[in-house]
This record gives sequence, C-alpha cells and structure tokens, in this order.
Amino acid sequence: MPEKSITLEVFRYLPEQSDEPKYQKYDVPYREDWVVLDALNYIKDHIDGSLSYRWSCRMGVCGSCGMMVNGEPRLTCAAFLRDFYPQPIRVEPLTNFPVIRDLIINLEDFLHKLKEVKAWLIPKQEKPVSEGEYLQSPKELATYKQFSMCINCMLCYAACPVYGLEPKFLGPAAIALGQRYNLDSRDGGKEERTDIIASSEGIWECTFIGECSRVCPKHVDPAAAIQRAKVQSTQEWWMSLLLPKGAK
Amino acid sequence: MEFLNHDILIVGGGGAGLRASIAIGEENPQLSVGVISKVYPMRSHTISAEGGAAAVIKANDSLDAHARDTITGSDWLADQDAVEAFVNEAPKEMIQLEHWGCPWSREPDGHVAVRPFGGMKIERTWFAADKTGFHMLHALFQTSLKYNNVTRYDEWFVTRLLVDDGRVQGVAAIELRTGQVRAIGGKAVILCTGGAGRIFPFTTNAAIKTGDGMALAYRVGVPLKDMEFVQYHPTGLPGTGILITEAARGEGGILVNKDGYRYLQDYNLGQPLDVRDPRHPQKASMELGPRDRLSQAFMKEVEKGRTIKLETAVGPVDVVHLDVRHLGEEKINKKIPFVRELAKNYAGIDPVYEPIPVRPVVHYMMGGVSTNIEGATIVPGLFAAGECACVSINGANRLGSNSLTELLVFGARAARSAVKFAADHPQINKDALIAQAEDEQRQITQRWFQKDGSETIAAIRLELNKTMEAGCGIYRSEESLKKTCDDIRKLKERYHNVGISDKSISFNTELTAAIELGFMLDTAEAVAFSALARQESRGSHQRTDFAKRDDEKYLKHSLAYRTDGDPRIEYLDVVITKWPPAERVYGQQTS
Repeated sequence: MPEKSITLEVFRYLPEQSDEPKYQKYDVPYREDWVVLDALNYIKDHIDGSLSYRWSCRMGVCGSCGMMVNGEPRLTCAAFLRDFYPQPIRVEPLTNFPVIRDLIINLEDFLHKLKEVKAWLIPKQEKPVSEGEYLQSPKELATYKQFSMCINCMLCYAACPVYGLEPKFLGPAAIALGQRYNLDSRDGGKEERTDIIASSEGIWECTFIGECSRVCPKHVDPAAAIQRAKVQSTQEWWMSLLLPKGAK
Repeated sequence: MEFLNHDILIVGGGGAGLRASIAIGEENPQLSVGVISKVYPMRSHTISAEGGAAAVIKANDSLDAHARDTITGSDWLADQDAVEAFVNEAPKEMIQLEHWGCPWSREPDGHVAVRPFGGMKIERTWFAADKTGFHMLHALFQTSLKYNNVTRYDEWFVTRLLVDDGRVQGVAAIELRTGQVRAIGGKAVILCTGGAGRIFPFTTNAAIKTGDGMALAYRVGVPLKDMEFVQYHPTGLPGTGILITEAARGEGGILVNKDGYRYLQDYNLGQPLDVRDPRHPQKASMELGPRDRLSQAFMKEVEKGRTIKLETAVGPVDVVHLDVRHLGEEKINKKIPFVRELAKNYAGIDPVYEPIPVRPVVHYMMGGVSTNIEGATIVPGLFAAGECACVSINGANRLGSNSLTELLVFGARAARSAVKFAADHPQINKDALIAQAEDEQRQITQRWFQKDGSETIAAIRLELNKTMEAGCGIYRSEESLKKTCDDIRKLKERYHNVGISDKSISFNTELTAAIELGFMLDTAEAVAFSALARQESRGSHQRTDFAKRDDEKYLKHSLAYRTDGDPRIEYLDVVITKWPPAERVYGQQTS
C-alpha cells in the first residue's frame, strides 16, 4: 500500500536572493499523529535543508513556532495534519510582522513594547527577602493568573486588525501582560502602566472584535485585558476631573 | 571586524543565564553585561519545566532534611559542601523570585504552597500549578527588562570561546539575522546553555538542547564531569517524549502495568496504599520513589512482558499507565491542568476519564561542565551554571524539583564569582580576540560554504540518536558501550563529510544545525566514554556487568578531557562532609 501523503504549500522568501516571495509545494508523508511542525521538520531533514523557521519545545509552551496555517495564526506544534487531510495546507509567516526570511518574522517591536509597558513587578511595598514572601491568597492569585499565561507567541498580533493598521499600538499581549501586573496584589505600578496603556496609539480604535482572544492558544483573553484598561483609564479620567491629582 | 565588548558575557538566556544577569546588576549596576542566546530568552528550555522547585520554607522541614534527600537521591555522588550551600541559599532565592512576581500557587492563608516530589521524605516543592518553569522563566525575563546594564544578543549563536594567554576573554558568535560572525569581548564568560537531551532519540528536551556550552568548554580544555549520568524521567508521552510531570504523582497519580497492578511494589520501593487512604501518596515511596529507580523498574516490567503494547504510527511501543482519574476533574484542573492539556493534545486521551500511556524518556544531564562550588571552571575566566554545569549537587541521580532551584542558586553564585574575577582581570586582548573571531569566520566559510559533502545532518543525527539509546540507555554493558563508543568515532569521521545545501547568509538554520551536530557529537562522546570507564552501578548509571555500587573504586566524579583521539577519563574525589555513604532506602512506612 503506498504511503499516504499530504501537500504543504510553504511561503518562501529570501531577500538576499530575490525581492519576491514565492510558494513552494512539498509532498510529505501523512501521519495521523503529526502536527504541521513535524511536516516542516520532515521537509528540512529530507527534502529541502534551506527552509527556515523557528521551533523549540514542540509542546505549546515556548511560543516559537507560530505561523499562519491556512490563513489562521496557529502554533504549528499544535496544528494537526489530520484536521486538514487530504486537503493541502498553506503555511505562511505570521501576518502584521516584517519577514526576515521564509517563515521567520521580526518580533523586535514586541520586545520593545513589553519594556515600554513595564511588564515587571513594581512592588507596592518594598520588603527585604529576609522577611519572607508577600502573602497572596488563592483568590488574589486568580485575579491575574490568566493574564500571566501569555507565551509571547505573537498569534494575537497576527490576528489583530488594529495592529495591522497602527504598528504603534501596544497590542494584545503587551497590554495583557501590563494588566497581569496591574492586577497583582503585590504590585503598585498600576498608575504608571495605566497612563502608558491609555496613551497608546490605537487602544481606542480597538473595538472589542476579540480576534486576539479567539486565536490565543493559552486562553489568556487579551481582549478582556484591553477592555478592562479602557474602563480603568476612563474612570481615572473622570476621577481626575473630580479629584485633581494633589487631592488624593 | 566590529568588536563588541562587555564586562561580563553570559551565554544562554534561560533560567540560569537570566538569574546570573540580574545578579550582576545587583552586585554592581555599573558593570555591563552581554546576554548572548541562540533563541529569545523566553523561548529557552527552562520554560518546559512543569512540576516545581525545591526549597525549605515550611516549619516541618529542615535544611538538613533537604540535604539528606538530595544526597541519598544522588547515590552519594553529590559533593556535600555544594549541597549544603545549595539548600542553604535555596529559600532565599525562591523568595526573591516571589518578590519578582512569580505566581507561586498558594495556601488559603496566602503563604506559598508546597507539594511532595519523588525521593523527598518531606514535601518542599514550590509550584506554579504545573507550569513552574514557564512562570519562573517569564518572571526572570520580565524582571531582567528593567536592568539597563544588560544588553541582549537575541538569536546570536556562539560557536567558539576566545582564549588568549590561557584565559577565556570572549566569544565568537553568528548573528543569525545577518549571518555575520562577531567578536564579543568579556573579562569573564558564564556558560548557561542547558542540557543535551537531543543526543538521544526520545527526550523531553526541546530542539535547542544540543550540548552547546558543554562542547564549547570541552574544546578549550575544561573537563566534562559525570557525563555518564543521564536521567530518564519515568513518565513521558510515547511518540513525542513530551513530559508528564512528576507532580501528577505528587498529587496522588499511580503507575500500573497491563494487569492494572501497581508494579513498583515489586522493586523495593515500598507497599502501595489505597488511593483513598488519606496517607496516600506516601513520600519517598512507590510512585514517589526517585526517577532512576522508577525508570529501571519500567525496564524490568518490559522484560517480564507486563507492559502495555501501544500501537503507534512507528510500530508498537511499550508503555505503562499513569492513572490520575481518582483525583477528580476539579483537582486535575487546579493542580495539573497542563498535564490534561498535553495528554489531550498529544496522546488523544483525557486523563479525567482515561489513564495516560507513559514510558521513561531522557530528561536531564546530571553531568556537565566541571565547576567548583563558585561556578568556576579550571580555565580562568570561564564559569558555568545550570544544567550545562556540574558542580555537583545532583551526583548520579537528580531529585525532581532541584534543577529549577539549582539554576537560581548557582546562576547567582557564578555571577558573583565572575564579577570578582572581572575586577581582578580588567584587561582583555582585543586584537587577539578579533583575530580569532576572524579565523572563526574564515573557517565557517571554508567548511560550510565552500565545501560540499555527501553526508547529511539528518542521517548522522539519527545514527547518533540510535547508538546513544542502544548503548547508553537505562541499562548498559561493556559490550553495548564499546559499540556506541566505536559508532561515535565513526560518526565523528563522517561528520567531516557533512555538507549543507543552504549557502545563504541570513538566518541559515541549516548552518546552525550543522554546527550543533558537532556539539552533540562531542557531548555524546563524553557520555559514552565516561560510561564505559565506570565499572559499577550507581544511580542512573546501571551496568548489567557490574551490578553493584563500588565505593572503593568509584566514589569519585569522572572527568572527561578532550584529546585528538578518544577522551581521557580521570577521577576526582567526592566531597563528603556529614553524610557518609549508605544504602539508599525508599518505601519505609512514614506515619
């Protein structure tokens, strides 16, 4: 019995050789338990060593292998061939990002935004290590836990219609991670972060379409984080009218 | 050639590297630090650690107990002075990480919660559900963003350590995006590159775990210590090798064979309690025995024909069942949600309703770059920490949840000694370093871009994987090891004839894979030859032809030195302070 196979149509782009991207077709063995990443690895090892893409953990936690799979942002280590077979699968780099080569995008912009939004704990009250841990109840933990699950895979940016039009927009993951700290009972940096988030280009254009939350492989729900940020800064704006800063 | 320069360089941006980078800022914020990593730091393999990190925090526990468990687990091959320093600094490091925002799971009163792990007589594993490594790595990475003295070189691949006047003074690295080799100088260099699981075919390790730092150090004359000790984690998913955390058993999961029998009771690991018994799971007993013993028990079950044959795309595979159904959906969702997600996605079963098929899988290298207790190697200016290093606190078998803590404690320690070293050695020889990096660029060009070869990366890697599993698996013998050593010699020869098809400059991942394969061959050589030389059974190193531990001859660390031929194996005494070698006893009834 001949081995079953499946066709991948892969986006190829190598700017040092040509300005024009192209699509290349590869036939790879079809296996029930294979994911798109396994198929890419098969191509790399056995058909075309020049195909370039990022991957590492192959268990959905390192966030390296996000790509467009038939037009949808997906982690390729979690996109099974069986969900597409026998139709061909089109694999492209994540949209809304500059492409370095083949399936590899440039995500430097996100790294800057993560820093801009101060995605780290700004302690409400400094406490020396010798005095032990900050207390945090399971309920307080639950308040921000969901937003801490972001793996920085960039699928939400690829899905975000606002980021596509306004690259200055902080974007779903960076806002979710800012909120992750804003909601942490140990944190006292909410005010600085809220100012940064509210003044971010694009946040007011985000109309809660929720594409970011739909594609998030870790159910972080960045759309909820953005919504919350808008409500927060609106409240603060009203408060600032009612209570000028010095009066607090 | 452009020359980049920092006070201290860190190779690797995982847990150890990031902890080291922050520690340097804490010591002296004026010092400039370069963190060079072949992947973005948040992609590092620390991220895949699931179950937790050990440190004494509760009133019923003690530093002495943590040390004793670690040393017993190590089959007395750990250096006890290092273990004492480790357990002593562990709580402080873990609290520090809590202060940096790590979302540790909590008790109802708000204190950090702990769970039991294998080989522990008292529970002391801190956890963030079952994504502990993920949360630790992101907390460290996000915290590191606020240190302006740290310059990151993300997606730069170090190919050579630059040595002048007997001192490591920098690295040559390929900037992947431009494909250019750069010289980066540093008064001290800390290797934090992690393990080498990818030398084996079936591993929990990510694709990037190719022994880079181990090989880099080995090539400049640093010995690799205790490389024969390779940890098989008892519960990996068949096919992919994806890890199912020990926390599944810490929370009460059980292991059964094809007859539904809790087979561990046949292997000197104690007697099972009913899963509804409030004393289940018993610490340091049955399913909470140490990893080496559990993986060995699995192999015995295979021999007895009592495992389950699972049909897979690549033929039948032996598995046993990890059963967590009795925990109930709520506890599974709360304590081990990632286990459920992974089992559903990659094994096609929901552990709430079905047992999880599992088998032992290569997980961790106890061995690594030989360092002293301060993280320093024998080559001045070169330091190492984390899985790529061997201090050693892990000896012949690491206890689950010690490695995450280790990378904090020894990442910080290595950083502090590198700071001291850099202060005492302010000069570097810029011209010599540039010349060496230019030579590296030339060699890469000649070897990979101007020369073709008939061998492929994939073929050599596959054969290396096969021979490592066949010869250096859970049970080894002189015969199997000699064959593997011989195979590696031949593969190293054939490696000279590997060619790459991709001759382009930008992000050439075929080039990096080819260089990684060279690192893997060096690392594998040290594993196989060290294993052949050790004629005893200890911890994870089980010889069918030398079934007993031999303290007379082998209460010693092995040191593999690179030569032009086979590695030279020497030995170094183990440091014993308070715990004289004794028998490892598990499965005693605890009240």
